[in-house]
Amino acid sequence: MSEPKTIYMDNNATTRVAPEVLEIMLPYFSDLYGNPSSMHSFGDQVGGAVKKARQQIADLLGAHPDEIIFTSCGTESDSTAIFSALQTSVEKRHIVTTRVEHPAVKNLCENLDRLTGHKHRVTQLPVESDGTIDLKRYENALSDDTAIVSVMWANNETGVIFPIDEMARIAKSRGILFHTDAVQAVGKIPINLAETPVDFLSLSGHKLHAPKGVGVLYVRKRTPYMPFLMGGHQEHGRRGGTENVASIIGLGKACELAGKNMQRENTTVRVLRDKLENGLMNSIPNTILNGHKEDRLPNTTNVSFEYVEGEAILLHLDRFGICASSGSACTSGSLEPSHVLRAMGVPFTAAHGSIRFSLSVYNTEDEVDYILEQLPPIIANLREMSPFWKDRDKIAGGGSCSSCGCGK
Amino acid sequence: MWEYTDKVKDHFLNPRNVGEIEDADGVGDVGSLSCGDALKFTFKLGDDGRIVDAKFKTFGCASAIASSSALTLMVIGLTLAEAEKITNEDLADFLGGLPKEKMHCSVMGREALEAAIANYRGVELPQAEGEVVCECFGVTDVEIRRAIEESDLKTLEEVTNFTKAGGGCGKCEDRIQELIDEVRKNAPKTIPMSGAKRLTTVQKIKMIEDVFEREVRPNLKKDGGDIELVDVDGDYVIVSLRGACVSCAKSQTTLKEYVEKKLREEVLETLIVEESKG
Repeated sequence: MSEPKTIYMDNNATTRVAPEVLEIMLPYFSDLYGNPSSMHSFGDQVGGAVKKARQQIADLLGAHPDEIIFTSCGTESDSTAIFSALQTSVEKRHIVTTRVEHPAVKNLCENLDRLTGHKHRVTQLPVESDGTIDLKRYENALSDDTAIVSVMWANNETGVIFPIDEMARIAKSRGILFHTDAVQAVGKIPINLAETPVDFLSLSGHKLHAPKGVGVLYVRKRTPYMPFLMGGHQEHGRRGGTENVASIIGLGKACELAGKNMQRENTTVRVLRDKLENGLMNSIPNTILNGHKEDRLPNTTNVSFEYVEGEAILLHLDRFGICASSGSACTSGSLEPSHVLRAMGVPFTAAHGSIRFSLSVYNTEDEVDYILEQLPPIIANLREMSPFWKDRDKIAGGGSCSSCGCGK
Repeated sequence: MWEYTDKVKDHFLNPRNVGEIEDADGVGDVGSLSCGDALKFTFKLGDDGRIVDAKFKTFGCASAIASSSALTLMVIGLTLAEAEKITNEDLADFLGGLPKEKMHCSVMGREALEAAIANYRGVELPQAEGEVVCECFGVTDVEIRRAIEESDLKTLEEVTNFTKAGGGCGKCEDRIQELIDEVRKNAPKTIPMSGAKRLTTVQKIKMIEDVFEREVRPNLKKDGGDIELVDVDGDYVIVSLRGACVSCAKSQTTLKEYVEKKLREEVLETLIVEESKG
């Protein structure tokens, strides 16, 4: 059997570098290797290109170029924002976040006491069964002691979009700093920071067709700020370390392309996603959609196939060159299914069998059709092998093994 | 992605003996949907007392399916006395090894086999009577002790890889460590400072005051500053800075780098010094 063609539908994990992006980067690995900080025109021409990239990124976000700080990744941006807020308001020791954050925020918040040597109170807001948030509960969680709110713009696993505009306004009216991890949202849905009053926003290059290893932290003008990486005067002293020049220039181009493709994300990609989702839900019984049907990214679908396990599904898909991901325990490296699905209260009959497809503008209808052809027999086959499938009517919830993470 | 051997991949993609024997002599049901893997193993005995047929149904990942498939091949043709001797290590070896994080899949195979044999004989399995150590995955001390002995497990992580115990909320980690120490008859390898030293709050206050008097105050006073102990709450030592320290830009550094360090050296390793807000 010849190697199957790769059908890549795991774009929330990472994306291909756009050919236009790669092309614009290449000279900066060879001829144009200068340091943008240098006092000679050889280095300065690189500085000019970095400046242009900063403008392109600011344009996509509705921001001012001075508000863009280049970092190494989304995780660094998240850490920088949260540590900055804690250092600039030392008297405040409370953080509001959610139970469904990416580990870059979740694990940081859960380990703050150890990292800073101070006691913190962290409120992790619960979500509804469709992954959305209760604004009243959010408002009630804020206190005079709250240093920062950190809430993702869109969820990486389900694509569910949080009402960041409203949440940021509420925080602002209370004088509380607001950070959003927008790694999944940037490039997929319109963002205009001239209107939405967030103080910090994180984005990551490789989620929008730029390379891995470059990120941005947006910091609104006049927001109190303390750097995370101390060092040279790069980024006006706000982030030490020589610029990752080629990747920054690539990210600028990727943001320009994302602006142009935004319409396509919300039409073409959405149509493909819906075709895939509806096709799977209609042809495979006992399939559950995870996450709010409307309030979510146009490229993401997360569906659970009851009574089968996600890793087994993924490895069968892999044989056909189909790339997706799962929230099952066996794929997470821990022994429990995804914290996002558990926070949503997805029953165990379904949580272990969740599969996420995340599309991009590079996917085609043929690819969707191919998945619709290959996946149903895989599920049928695994169910035939599952001890629960035949007696599924007798099973409620999923047995006696009480997992501790879900009921908190 | 997990590194599976070709044999694991083969048994996952082309599982042998899938199904359920209707008039089985022995049935073993282990695991559950919520735990993420489950196995129903059935066998049929021939007139000569040897297993003539074995089938499985498995819910789980690739290695769980492969382990189940391997189990059926290994037991067919054996007497129950012979089958009983199969260990989870044998199962893993049959497959050319399993990733260490997936060893619990082979343990599940062995458990299903034992459960089926016990079912045939009409006896209770001992693990059902043990003390439940890991509530997340319902693992008893009997199972944990056995895994430690049979697979020569040394660390908490290994116990989790083999039995899943401790892989959820982690509340049972201390108990698992006790079991490891008990079974291996080893004294705990490292005695953490906090474990060795248990101080009451009054003892802490006395010792902290003593360190302040002897070392900290004289030093701060050289620069016109002073320090006062406000409260001790568990490991948190709340202090108030006085004199020149109040307006000194470096006072936070002094607290952490000097005062806290001193107290950790001389009183208790785990102390955290904070400045009083009042």
